[in-house]
Amino acid sequence: MIVEDPRALRRRKWLAHAFLIVFIAVLMFPFLMIVSISLRTGNFSTGALIPSDPTLEHWYLAFGLEYTRTDGTVVPPRFPVLVWMWNSIKVGTIAACGVLVLSTVAAYAFSRLRFGGRLVLLDSLLLIQMFPTTLALVAIYAIFDSLGNVSPALGIDSHWALVLVYLSALTLHVWTIKGYFDNLDPALDEAAIIDGATPWQRFRYVLLPLAVPILAVVFVLAFIGFVNDYPIASILIRSEDKMTLAVGSRLYLNEFQYLWGDFAAAAILSGLPITVVFLIAQRYLVSGLADGGVKG
Amino acid sequence: MNAVPAKANGPDGATRSAIGRWLGTALACTLLLAAAFRLYLLAEPLYGALLLALAAGVAIVFGRERFVAARFVFPAVAAVLLFIAFPVAYTIWLGFTNYGSFNLLSKQRATEVLLSTQSIDQGSTRDFSLVPDGDGYRVFFAGDAGQSPLLSDAHPLDGSAASLDSAEVDAAPEEPLARREAIRLRDGLQAISIATPDGGTLRYASLRAFAVTTPEFTRDDQGRLVSADGTRILVADDDRGFYVQQDGTRVAPGWRVPIGLDNFERIFTSAGIREPLFGIFVWTLVFAALSTGLTFALGVTLATLLQWPHLTFKRTYRILLILPYAVPSFISILVFRGLFNQNFGEINLIIEALFGGRPDWFTDPALARTMVLIVNVWLGYPYMMLLAMGFLQSVPGEHTEAATLDGAGPLTRFLRITLPQILPPFVPLLIATFAFNFNNIVLILLLTGGGPDIPGTRIPAGSTDILGSFTYRLAFQDSGQQFGLAGAITLLIFLAVGTLAWLNLVALRRRTEVGA
Repeated sequence: MIVEDPRALRRRKWLAHAFLIVFIAVLMFPFLMIVSISLRTGNFSTGALIPSDPTLEHWYLAFGLEYTRTDGTVVPPRFPVLVWMWNSIKVGTIAACGVLVLSTVAAYAFSRLRFGGRLVLLDSLLLIQMFPTTLALVAIYAIFDSLGNVSPALGIDSHWALVLVYLSALTLHVWTIKGYFDNLDPALDEAAIIDGATPWQRFRYVLLPLAVPILAVVFVLAFIGFVNDYPIASILIRSEDKMTLAVGSRLYLNEFQYLWGDFAAAAILSGLPITVVFLIAQRYLVSGLADGGVKG
Repeated sequence: MNAVPAKANGPDGATRSAIGRWLGTALACTLLLAAAFRLYLLAEPLYGALLLALAAGVAIVFGRERFVAARFVFPAVAAVLLFIAFPVAYTIWLGFTNYGSFNLLSKQRATEVLLSTQSIDQGSTRDFSLVPDGDGYRVFFAGDAGQSPLLSDAHPLDGSAASLDSAEVDAAPEEPLARREAIRLRDGLQAISIATPDGGTLRYASLRAFAVTTPEFTRDDQGRLVSADGTRILVADDDRGFYVQQDGTRVAPGWRVPIGLDNFERIFTSAGIREPLFGIFVWTLVFAALSTGLTFALGVTLATLLQWPHLTFKRTYRILLILPYAVPSFISILVFRGLFNQNFGEINLIIEALFGGRPDWFTDPALARTMVLIVNVWLGYPYMMLLAMGFLQSVPGEHTEAATLDGAGPLTRFLRITLPQILPPFVPLLIATFAFNFNNIVLILLLTGGGPDIPGTRIPAGSTDILGSFTYRLAFQDSGQQFGLAGAITLLIFLAVGTLAWLNLVALRRRTEVGA
């Protein structure tokens, strides 16, 4: 390292810390505010960061419990937040598992088997990845509106319809897993070929056990993507008890009904688990980002 | 390699797995064919054909030995084709049709609806009330002006069609249902008819009354619909998807027909659509470009700071700085929606305390756009920061050190040496981010809903609307399901994204060739 003027260096260090601290203070403002708001009385109150008369009313309601105020009035929970959370977790988990299976199997073939059209298919996947599902919303609505006549389980307001649409969000994950497989030593499956293993056996018994770390990463990324989805869920899901968190949360803040305090508690309750999972997984997620993924 | 069971390699294992695969293939094909046939019976031949193609694909790929490799890829490719490629193509096709709130049905269904409209014989109306009876209800007609009170047989009113008999009674029943309850049962009431002792038939005519009704239209031998009194004759116009009266007025409901380029003509010629659409297009580009540029600038700055060898507490700063990326975006966006609220949003409270005045973030177009950008930069910079930190690690330190010896300041060093080295690998990711923001409809829909509305437009268009959110509102919100028009605009978005995708592919190729 080159020796710099120590006084200039110290000044720069102070500047850097000052800038970062101010920046992080601004950054933290919404988070601190939302915690404070969830503890304030009422839905319209304003005030200091530390609430003057803290109450757990919003938190009771977020957990689906009735809250009895000091004057004896009983406030029933307005929205089924826990049901929404369960819906999000259910749909997200099933869809992420499906995506994981489809994309791992495909990534294996792209990485280890040679077949006609392989490169064209890979490029097409990369191209298609750029086209957002929002382009297809009208058709997705029309398709499932019609499929509902065949079976209500595939119609509007069905979680299975949502899972089916989500299954298509695998293009990027195919590339991520393929990149991982490409980095595994080909000597491993060459040995298996000599032993007479079929392509499926090479996949199942040689590569799959080695791919567990990347599978975990892809699962988390896919799950977070599905939980965050608003456009598709909002056109396919109509009734309140079928909604996912992203669709339901919107009901809190509109012109006719502005439940700021209730929303704050519900937002922390539902956002915290995902945030913690993301922060734990982030070290592994970052390596996958450079392949071109943008979190939705 | 001990994980490979030796037994599965023998001929027994191979035969067994082949039988299993055949059974699985046969089962999947049978299910798909059954579903395809159902769809065909339900007058959805397109979806039926799609499932048929899927079944054929399954049979070929899993049935023939030579497609071993394709078996692994087939499910993923099928999912992409069915739920991305087909819907995008279908949405664009809808842009060439009149599919919308007036033209939702097939021609057959629209005709059925018109034939089932009943005209009410005004002299025959009789007020009714409902009387609960076990699991069902009886309909009671009070007696008046020479008509005796009638009470019908009981029916559960669950929507099943039925023709009920009725009989004269002496007194009114004691506990009829409240009017509100009766209104709730109107779907069930519409499905039944009640025969009176004098040979007439009464049907549900209004919220309060039953009446003798006759079908409004009957179909003649030329397929025209003729009204009961013969004054109105409706002729099907298959070019417009409506039945048309003699004087040319259209009668709803219509049906779906291809209308060629009409939607595009509307987009490019109707001033009430063209002008807001052009504004929205420009704003979409500006929004995507500024979002990408600002997040990139902020992300790279922070990453450079965090890579500085003299900085302490790096890990803490890093975790805190990626927090906006870790919180689910729909929650952050809604939090900002509340914080920016004009009257009791915390941001305005601070602004008022510091500078006085409360900006209307949601009603002033320029402020609303500023707010959208602020929130998007807040959401997006950690991604850029994480990427930049990765790329910065591969920049060799000697170059910057040499520049320092030459007397270059930190800013010059960054712009002249570091930036040119990290920019090439960044390009494809910047294009991807631009494309992502070009269609970032979650942000717009959840934060502003597109508003504030642009005054004087034919269709609801807002100052913060981007093309994607505008299309979404056109199809799924207050403006009445204009699927055809939405499909036409989707084609325009498709072309823009297609160009970006192609650019991205070119940039990626270049990155691989350079080997950076």
